[in-house]
Amino acid sequence: MLQTVPASAPVAAPGAAPMLAVTDLHAAYGQSEVLHGIDLTVAPGEIVAVMGRNGMGKSTLMRTLMGILPARGGTIRVDGHDVTALKSHQRVARGLAYVPQGRMIFSAMTVQENIETGLTVTGESKVPGDLYAMFPVLLEMKGRRGGNLSGGQQQQLAIARALASRPKVLLLDEPTEGIQPSIIREMGRTLKKIRDERGLSIVVSEQVLSFALDIADRVLVIENGSIVHEDLRADVDEATVARYLSV
Amino acid sequence: MFGEYSLGDLGAIFAMQGFAGLILFSVYVLMALGLAIIFGQMGVINMAHGEFMILGAYVTYLCSGFFQAHLPGIFPAYFFLAMALAFVAAGLLGMVVEWALIRHLYKRPLDTLLATWGLSLILQQAYRSIFGAREVGVELPSWMMGSVQATDTIEIPINGLFVMAITVLITLAVAGLLFASRYGKQVRAVMQNRVMAGAVGIDTGRVDRLTFGLGCGIAGVAGSAFTMIGSTGPTSGQLYIVDTFLIVVFGGAASLLGTIASAFSISQTQSTLEFFLSGSTAKVITLLAVVAILMLRPQGLFTLKVRR
Repeated sequence: MLQTVPASAPVAAPGAAPMLAVTDLHAAYGQSEVLHGIDLTVAPGEIVAVMGRNGMGKSTLMRTLMGILPARGGTIRVDGHDVTALKSHQRVARGLAYVPQGRMIFSAMTVQENIETGLTVTGESKVPGDLYAMFPVLLEMKGRRGGNLSGGQQQQLAIARALASRPKVLLLDEPTEGIQPSIIREMGRTLKKIRDERGLSIVVSEQVLSFALDIADRVLVIENGSIVHEDLRADVDEATVARYLSV
Repeated sequence: MFGEYSLGDLGAIFAMQGFAGLILFSVYVLMALGLAIIFGQMGVINMAHGEFMILGAYVTYLCSGFFQAHLPGIFPAYFFLAMALAFVAAGLLGMVVEWALIRHLYKRPLDTLLATWGLSLILQQAYRSIFGAREVGVELPSWMMGSVQATDTIEIPINGLFVMAITVLITLAVAGLLFASRYGKQVRAVMQNRVMAGAVGIDTGRVDRLTFGLGCGIAGVAGSAFTMIGSTGPTSGQLYIVDTFLIVVFGGAASLLGTIASAFSISQTQSTLEFFLSGSTAKVITLLAVVAILMLRPQGLFTLKVRR
């Protein structure tokens, strides 16, 4: 806890306005507060990994950013707009997109319909070709029900569905959970490619250190609802971060 | 019970009872469709669904009176307008109810049960105050009154054919809406995972309101059809709500095809047995058959084969 680095250290080019700016975010389930004042800024095109053990608040942070859980205090800004008081679907229209833990695709709907649900805020009616180009397996399976896909395919589907809304910030909650190692590596490549092609910012919560180091520009550690450690990718001391993650 | 009839008679009886059953089937299908999409999407069991149906019946009754008195020239075509108005009236009332009452109770299913039951009592009393406790009948235009003589012994009522045609049209329209339109995709997404639907950008509150309105509107059309097989009173809707629940459960929730199949089998069994036995015995036999089948197939007739 004592190794907390001041969260104010800017990471992007000086002067660049942050794409996602979270200040003093508090969230609670009923009476018990789970997030105790999170500060987080993400620059355009930056990938930030939020690491932490189970129950430390990673998913809660994601859910609060997405508006699934209301914030108790603090502000969330996306590209300069305050979204703290908005509902989930309004936040999507403001540029947030979410790939939840467990993927949560619409299992009784076809692959294509799943992606089309993501088009709601853009007003498009056809799945853009570049999405299928990025995930060719989804094009092959576009008529199948989402629930009949494998775990890795469902993960790709959930990412494609999120990207369909043309987000500025993509939130991924434990994308590696329940996915085989070879596919995890491929997913890392895909995420970096998405960032490079679309210039969006990505916040990913993770327990797998190797995956986080593989894709992230910056690594944060969350413990008991507070950010306790922060490093640029280049400066990460694996042993220090690993100690936070060990049970 | 078949002993005293000749084979030819039996054939004619089955055919005619079958057609009589088809009007009942139409009312059941329309009622069950509305109930099933509301329950499927919001998990709300609308106890006032029968009263929305009766609203449609009263609208039809008002139209029939109005056209007879003021516009007798276009009286023959009034039924189409009455159905449309029944849909709009019941649908609007549904949307108002969703906005004022239901949306505050989404996370409390038992409370919605109580609230919609209370609403049904309020509506019944409102009908009683406005239209009186006596049952009213609707004057049908003459072209709907006759019947087609199919054979010597089999007559098919024209109004029955008309109601069935309307039902088929509405069912196809609902299926098209749910499976081919943008709104339908949103409805199905909200049905499967409300939180996630919001997180991909769907305005779940708006979808809820439209769906509740749509379900109630279809019930209104069912009420319009109902005026042909029964007379309309403040509590007539109550007789139908239980049967409609039965159909939704028997068909397997969230399956359009199941709802239709179960409405068909229940209404046909009911109608055919009613000729040979008393109405209540027929109902007992129908219910026993449904209970037995549900014990063997608790998930209902039709289910989707998919990993959850």
